[in-house]
Amino acid sequence: MSAHSPIDQIEQPDSFAFDAESEEQIAAILAKYPPERKASGTLPLLYVVQKQMGRQTGSAWVPRVAMDEIARRLEVAPIRVYEVATFYLMFNTKPIGRYHLQVCTTTSCWLRGSDDVVAACKTATGISGFGQSSADGLFTLTEVECLGACANAPILQVDDDFYEDLDGPRTIELIEALRRGERPTPGPMIDRVNSAPEGGRKTLADSPADQG
Amino acid sequence: MLQDKDRIFTNLYGQNDWRLAGARQRGDWDGTAEILARGRDAIVNEMKGSGLRGRGGAGFPTGVKWSFMPKNSDGRPHYLVINGDESEPGTCKDREILRHEPHKLIESALIASFAMGAHAAYIYIRGEFFNEARHLQIAIDEAYAAGLIGKNAAGSGWDFDFYIHRGAGAYICGEETALLESLEGKKGQPRMKPPFPAAMGLYGCPTTVNNVESIAVSSTILRRGASWFSALGRPNNAGTKLMAISGHVNTPCVFEEELGVPLKEIIEKHGGGVRGGWDNLLAVIPGGCSVPVLPASICETVLMDYDSLRAERSGLGTACMIVMDKSTDIIKAIARFSQFFKHESCGQCTPCREGTGWMMRVMNRMVEGRAEIEEIDMLEQVTRQVEGHTICALGDAAAWPIQGLIRHFRPVMEERITAYKAAHGGGRITQVPLGIPVAAE
Repeated sequence: MSAHSPIDQIEQPDSFAFDAESEEQIAAILAKYPPERKASGTLPLLYVVQKQMGRQTGSAWVPRVAMDEIARRLEVAPIRVYEVATFYLMFNTKPIGRYHLQVCTTTSCWLRGSDDVVAACKTATGISGFGQSSADGLFTLTEVECLGACANAPILQVDDDFYEDLDGPRTIELIEALRRGERPTPGPMIDRVNSAPEGGRKTLADSPADQG
Repeated sequence: MLQDKDRIFTNLYGQNDWRLAGARQRGDWDGTAEILARGRDAIVNEMKGSGLRGRGGAGFPTGVKWSFMPKNSDGRPHYLVINGDESEPGTCKDREILRHEPHKLIESALIASFAMGAHAAYIYIRGEFFNEARHLQIAIDEAYAAGLIGKNAAGSGWDFDFYIHRGAGAYICGEETALLESLEGKKGQPRMKPPFPAAMGLYGCPTTVNNVESIAVSSTILRRGASWFSALGRPNNAGTKLMAISGHVNTPCVFEEELGVPLKEIIEKHGGGVRGGWDNLLAVIPGGCSVPVLPASICETVLMDYDSLRAERSGLGTACMIVMDKSTDIIKAIARFSQFFKHESCGQCTPCREGTGWMMRVMNRMVEGRAEIEEIDMLEQVTRQVEGHTICALGDAAAWPIQGLIRHFRPVMEERITAYKAAHGGGRITQVPLGIPVAAE
């Protein structure tokens, strides 16, 4: 079970309303499920809220009033939304920084140097521990369990993007680029095509040349 | 070893176009309607004949699973649900299908759904795979636009809809009934079985849940024939398999290989060898963190398939291996898994909720050596109390890595304890100092 802060201890906004972009997404989401199974939209709508908060406030999180709004839309009791929002790690029930640094420390990443990535994240942001945000409000550092890209370990997920094959110096470079407002291209941070071996493919020899 | 002509995933690395035009060049969507025209029974029989076993870890024969679905609808719709919640530490194979071979998956999903009488399929993709889900959605949109899915899919006369549902960071949702709960908009807490999903699954309707890879290989199996697939690999361990190597090898990567190939050859060829040479190998976890670790002596000879690894009291799992060289603190490597399982326990069953926390705390002491020798046996006994006493297999999965550690590396654990005692004056000091939480966190 993930450790969430009690909702009541967070300063909450008074109201929440979906904007036009969100409404469009909601219509597409609800079309996926049978009309009498609208509750299936709970996870997707929590994402919609989180994205909208990110757009509007620079902090992608889900306030309690938004959970109430989701419950109203999906015609379920508010507690059904609260319990889902607090069960799943990816829903932030308190405000986070502009950039969410999610560093994997599970064994595959640890064997390849995730300790260095964690240390670099702390050095570059001034954050002292997991779950904290930097003083400038730009970064939040979260320890996550396996991200499912172990052949490209160690991994740092920044918001939605995986930055792979990292080490300490490359992590600091990445964070400095984010600080400058840049978004480096996600994927391997070394000379390598996706999950193919470094130095070139050992199979699929007759496949046309790599497209970069 | 597998030759290029027998590979199913020919765009594994995304070295070519993953969209519809590229997929068609590789043979996807070629004569899909003719495959469906063979009929449900013929398709299911062909899948049974191929010997394909589930690629998500459990290894249950896929064709047999498909045949469990009711032959005739009682009015309830049937569903295919594809499990793309890939979250087992060490495992990173379905990601390549989602982002680089999405059309192979969509076409196979159509065929599988038809074979099970389903007009709709949902794929549950782990939330962290945001960009992978984006690729798949683009491919779905392309397939709808080209008439390959939707009404009269690919001209087959069968209506078929395909939807993505994203998870949100819970490993437990890879368990099939927890996945269904999550898809219904609830916490991912596994259901009691029976009823099994084939009788009562998504929305109480007949449902089959298959791994991404199990589904994605089926279009190729049906094109090239069951006998082609079953001729690869070994008896009862047929075909090709996506595998991955992570950890202490020179070139970690994902690749497709034939089952039944020696583990050592795979590490040498695909992984570029163990860092520092084969003699520097300490241990391998062959198929995701829930399968027990194998020491180097077994890795020397064992074959990479379901039955060979089972005979060594480990398992093929997802066939995504973690390689550790002699610099590894093996106790710490396994203790990190204990932390993982404690974090991912859904909290529903007491043995797992309390047991995973207990095992993690004891394992953390074992890393330091701050324990008694007898506690190794106690730890082993507790893993047996968790294993088999929970609704789903997460309790088992939490127990097995520790059992594997004790089975093969007990001397290392004892040495650590002895060293700690020597450094701290020995004696039977209480192992749990004041202030350390002893109940579930």
